[in-house]
Amino acid sequence: MIVRILSEGQYRVDGDTLEEIKRLDDELMEALTLDDADRFHRLLNQVAELVRSGQALHAEHLTESDLILPAPDTTLEEAKRLFNDPA
Amino acid sequence: MGLMARVSTIFKSKVNNVLDRAEDPRETLEYSYQKQVEQLQNIRRGIAEVVTSKKRLELQMARLQQSVAQQEDNARDAVRANRDDLAQEALTRKQALESQIAALQTQIDDLAREEARLTDLQQKLQTKVEAFRTQKEVIKAQYSAAQAQVKIGEAFTGLGEDMADVNMALQRAQDKTESLKARAAAIDSLAENPAFQLDSALPSSGDSIRDELNKLKASSSVSEELAKLKAEMGQGQGENS
Repeated sequence: MIVRILSEGQYRVDGDTLEEIKRLDDELMEALTLDDADRFHRLLNQVAELVRSGQALHAEHLTESDLILPAPDTTLEEAKRLFNDPA
Repeated sequence: MGLMARVSTIFKSKVNNVLDRAEDPRETLEYSYQKQVEQLQNIRRGIAEVVTSKKRLELQMARLQQSVAQQEDNARDAVRANRDDLAQEALTRKQALESQIAALQTQIDDLAREEARLTDLQQKLQTKVEAFRTQKEVIKAQYSAAQAQVKIGEAFTGLGEDMADVNMALQRAQDKTESLKARAAAIDSLAENPAFQLDSALPSSGDSIRDELNKLKASSSVSEELAKLKAEMGQGQGENS
């Protein structure tokens, strides 16, 4: 699967790493829903690390991503705004 | 559904807003290429704005540092004149200025990170736009409508993602520089008149006991600094005599 980290780039991630990412991703959504900023930041960075452990795509590749992760320094407030933004 | 899947969905709708599709795929290619070139210009402007804000903060920092030196001179003069009350006042102002300097440094670092982020994105986008341009020419050369649609699809959404990504990064950088402007104005008035905002150097924590303790802590650190200054000057006078 192709995963994009916003403001960073795209990576190809498969297998166990992808499974682990998906598991943490559900927790990430939970942290956002529960307004738990500390947990949100911890998980966001954890997921970003896992994605980076994949194979980085070269910049000249023009490929659509399957999953998109917000920039790792995104605040809880910014993430919430993103979900409220209809555009 | 996890966070990433949701972000992807929201993001894909942004991608469609970034690039226009035309009836004729060849026109779509040209339109979107124009947009890409425009966006490269936008990102250059965005970087320039961040750099300007950073420079403004650095200038403020220099002014605050001058004010700190000024207050330190004042404190020394006051000690020489045996006016501990004035010396205390000067040192209190100096400490307020120093805490502003620390806050300013954090903001400067923050903007430096934004600048690095945008510069990195700019380089990547430049490479991608170049790749798109090449593909565009290839697709146009071997044009057959059905075939072109498929090929355009991939390159189009892939690059659209990058452009939407850059848009978001630009928006974030802009939000940051905007919020710094108000703060910068407040700091300017502090540099001009340190006494004016002494209270704001110790913002209320919303807990009155904590506020009192913070005041105590601040005043004892002023007393300590005064004692240190006196000791230093005592030494200095000793050498002179």
